[in-house]
Formats: sequence, C-alpha cells, structure tokens
Amino acid sequence: MRGTHVIAETAIRAGCRFYAGYPITPQNELAEYMSGAMLKTDEGTFIQAESEIAAVNMVIGASMAGARAMTSSSSPGISLKQEGISFLAAQELPAVIVNAMRGGPGLGNIAPTQGDYFQATRGGGHGDYRTIVLAPAKGQELADLTIKAFDYADHYRSPVIILIDGMMGQMMEPVLLPEPLQLSDLPFKDWILDGARRRPSRIIRSLILDPALEEEHNWKLYRKYENISRELQIAETYQTDDARLVVVAYGTAARIAKGAIKRVREIGLKVGLLRPLTLWPFPVKAMEEASRFVKEFLVYEMSTGQMVEDIRLALKHRSEVHFHGRPGGIVSTPDEIAKIITSLYYRRGLEEEPG
Amino acid sequence: MKQIFQRPKYLKKTPFHYCPGCGHSIIHRLIAEVLEELDIGDIAVGVPPAGCAVLAYDYLDVDMGEAAHGRSPAVATGIKRTLPDRIVFSYQGDGDIAAIGTAETIHSANRGENITVIFVNNGCYGMTGGQMAPTTILEQETTTTPGGRSAAHHGHPIDLSEMIAITHGSVYIERTSVHSVKHILGTKKALKKAFNCQMEGRGFSMVEILSPCPTNWKLSPIDSFRRIEKEITKAYPLKVIKDLTIGEK
Repeated sequence: MRGTHVIAETAIRAGCRFYAGYPITPQNELAEYMSGAMLKTDEGTFIQAESEIAAVNMVIGASMAGARAMTSSSSPGISLKQEGISFLAAQELPAVIVNAMRGGPGLGNIAPTQGDYFQATRGGGHGDYRTIVLAPAKGQELADLTIKAFDYADHYRSPVIILIDGMMGQMMEPVLLPEPLQLSDLPFKDWILDGARRRPSRIIRSLILDPALEEEHNWKLYRKYENISRELQIAETYQTDDARLVVVAYGTAARIAKGAIKRVREIGLKVGLLRPLTLWPFPVKAMEEASRFVKEFLVYEMSTGQMVEDIRLALKHRSEVHFHGRPGGIVSTPDEIAKIITSLYYRRGLEEEPG
Repeated sequence: MKQIFQRPKYLKKTPFHYCPGCGHSIIHRLIAEVLEELDIGDIAVGVPPAGCAVLAYDYLDVDMGEAAHGRSPAVATGIKRTLPDRIVFSYQGDGDIAAIGTAETIHSANRGENITVIFVNNGCYGMTGGQMAPTTILEQETTTTPGGRSAAHHGHPIDLSEMIAITHGSVYIERTSVHSVKHILGTKKALKKAFNCQMEGRGFSMVEILSPCPTNWKLSPIDSFRRIEKEITKAYPLKVIKDLTIGEK
C-alpha cells in the first residue's frame, strides 16, 4: 500500500472525521484518498480548501467542535499553515498535520529532503510553543505512528506533526492496518464547543491581554511540554551493542544508513544506528545512554545539518559528533553512505582494539 | 408591575468596554436578543474576529471559539461541518472580512456553508488606531490616508456584500445600519432572518451592518450617526442585496 494511503486509511480507522487540504506535490494522494474515504463514513467531512491557511483553520474549527481532525501538505504549504499551528498550540487543540518534506527553501523541488526539521521541532509559527513531531521510516510505522499521533494529540491537547517525504509517501510496502475504532470509544472531551446546553458557556481563546495571565499560560504550556519530553521520547537502536561508531539518522535517511551499516558490518566494522522516532521531544535519554560506550557519532541528514544541533546539545561534548548531509533533494545510496562511514571509521582509528 | 425591558438571556453581566457611541455593544445586544427569541442560544457557537470585537466572548453568553485575523469563516466551516445541527455564526470587522480574510469569506459563501456571518462595517481598523480599511470611503481621512482616501493612490472602497451576493452558495445578504432606532430594529429583523436561514438549512447568510466608530472618525457619537445617514449610506446603500429564501429551500 502506498505511504500516503497508509496514513489516510489509518487516520480514518483512528476516528479522524475531518480532513481539509490543498493540492501540493508530493502528497496529493493523501487528500485524494481522503476525499473518497470520508464519503464512506457516516459523519466524515472532506474539504478541498481555497488555501493552506483556510485548510488549517477549518481543522481548528473541527477540533474545537470535538472531531479528530487532520490536514496534510508539503514544505511551502506547511509554511502557510504555521499561523494556524501556533493557534492550535495556544488554544490547546488536538490536530494531526502531515508534512511530506520537499526541497527548499522557496519553491525548491518535489524531491525528498529533511530541510524542515527546524521548522517542525522549533515550533515553526510565532510564540513560545512546541509541537510533537513523529518521524516514521517505513510503511508499517506510517500506520503505527498515525494512530499514535491522534492519541497523543488528544491526550496532550496539542498539534502533532508527522514528518515524511515524497519517497515515503510514494513507496508501496505491505502494511498491517489497525482495526477501525468506534467513535463512541474515543476519549470524552469536556472542553469542546457544542453549544452551552445545561452547562456554562465555554470560550476557546488565545488572546490574553494581561501579561501576568499570558505568562501563566506560557508556563502552563511549558509544564505540558516538560511532561511530553519526559514521557514521549522514542528511538530505535540497531547493532549498537558493540558499536564503536553510531550513525544517527531519521526517516528516509535512516533507511539508507541502515543499508550502509549492513554493508560495512560485512567487512567487519563495528557500526550501529540510532534512529529517533520522535524528533520533538528529541530522544535525549537514548543519546545519553549510547554515549556511555560510544565516543564517535556520525549524523546523516538530507539537509545541511539541523538535527545535528540537537545531538550536540544532547551529548554535551562527551563524544565526537561528525556530520554528513545532502540537501536539495539528493537521495544518497547506501553505498555512498557506506564509503563515508568507512572513511571516517579508519580516519578515527576505530579499527584498533581500545587499549 | 409588568417588566418590559431586561438584559437578554445570552448577554453576560459584564459592562461593555467599547468606546462611547460604538456600534458593537448595540449589535452584541441584538444578537443576544435574536438568539433568545429564536431559542437557539444553547446550540449556538460563535467565532469572533481579531479587532475590537474579539472580546465579544466577554459579553455573549454562548460558546465562542476565537479565530486568527480573517479566518473566522474557515473556523466556522470546521465547526458547522462537524456539528451540523448547531447554529454557527462569525462576527467580523471590515478589515477582517474584506481584506485579510477575503478568500475565506468568498469561498465559504461559494461553498454555501450553512453559517451566518455578521459583518460590522465601520470603515476603518478600529483597534489598531483607525487606519484605512478596504471599506474606507473616498476622501475619508484615516491615519494611513492623510488628506483623504484617493482612488488613484489607495484604490476604491470594496463592495464586499455585492461580491458575496454573486457567489452561488450565498442565500441571503442584507446591508443595514445601527445609527437610529429605526435602523437598529431593521438590523435585528435582518439578523433574525439570517439565523432563520441557517435554521432552515438554506446556506450562507450575511448581514452587513454600518456601524459608527466615533473615536477614530474623530466625531461625537451624534455626529457619527449623522455621518452614516449623510455620507456612508450613499456609498453603501441600505438594502436587501440578495434573498433566495422565498419559496422551497
């Protein structure tokens, strides 16, 4: 099943009943799938919006009204949605936003990149907030993390971003889809706007004119982000037990890196992979754990280097951090990365037994 | 003793913060009265704009969800599509609806979203200090049109309601005013009709209300009312612009 279809079908099965989007390559198949799938639900809505901005604001409305809601786009479109994402964060509204990253800045191209890491993990819009960012790397994870994205969004009342690229969106892989959830089984929301019948009226707002109250709101959000950071760090390790060099990569880059590691293992190099599945919160604990035994890290990103900053922060100079990046939509082969790894391995003298 | 006047059920007991002579407090009250008379206050969800009237939720005692500047019709769309049996309305100023939110307004109307839009036209950006709005009439002085608005330099005032009336999904569009008792009563009637339109599931309804902004017009409240009568209604004639409510829906 195609990656974008996996996300869309899983979203429906997770109880998503509102989708609004705007055409942009390379993620159009997601909206196209949703347009048909929503028709088959009793109460689902699909809207092809007049703009990315309108789409995310429709999602805001649907979320206010209690629906599990989603929008998707690609880099330039995600830039336009940032105003709405800031409002989602401020108003503590759950929503899932898929970004199929493409070459940039500007219009760039439609090839796979990871240039939106900063935008996704640093908030992206205005104000003091964070968004949960999930980074799947294979078909089954697209399904598993889409389910989780809706659960996290509801649980933490926060926007959740699923970061993929055109390659993951287009690739067809066998996937075991989850059983559809009944809407009646979804968690009850006691804050939605559905008319003040037999209860006091509610306001969902983000205008807080009194600086003392706005500060309080900011600290409240901060405490939530602290909880998320404690509870939600996810990373996967591969062959790190005896590794002298660990490659850190996420998404498509991690798949390429894994292929490279298999190749260099064949010639006896002790190299492992650490793959963050949450980019925010960044899996600091997994990095710290790995740095107890590993002194050399190689970060591989399909950008000029963005996640590498989080790795340096996490490692606090306890280990050496090297970087290899290919921006602009260049997808390296596992052989290319294997050469980079091999060259670094010997340059750092890692073949010698530690004395 | 018979009580003949009281606070509407859906108006909170908060004194209005608006400037003396401002139209917002009158319009808020009319909305509260209409929601009560149609018995829809407890199924209503309102979307206020950015601008002076963002604080509408401090006064209207119904569920309210704040939207970013210009985005109210999109947010209202999301709410209404999720809860089609609720009554959803947006409350927007002229800058909100006819400049930064033009796209959202036109496309919500064209899709025939079954929502009610209350468009308050005071010909300036009130909260930010009286800059030129898309609806500012020619020769009107604002903080960004010193010497008056000129068509050559600043462009023409925009007739948003007439534009919306062209869209296939709009059903009822009327322009009213609140500068006299007669016009206030006319506005209430229009609001009632607009909400009725939504209750009957007919589609997009909008009431444009000419409203005074004495502070930024630098006029007394009384002179502001006179200005609406003499000047503003010439540029924006009070009338039913579109009405498809006659007959079967």
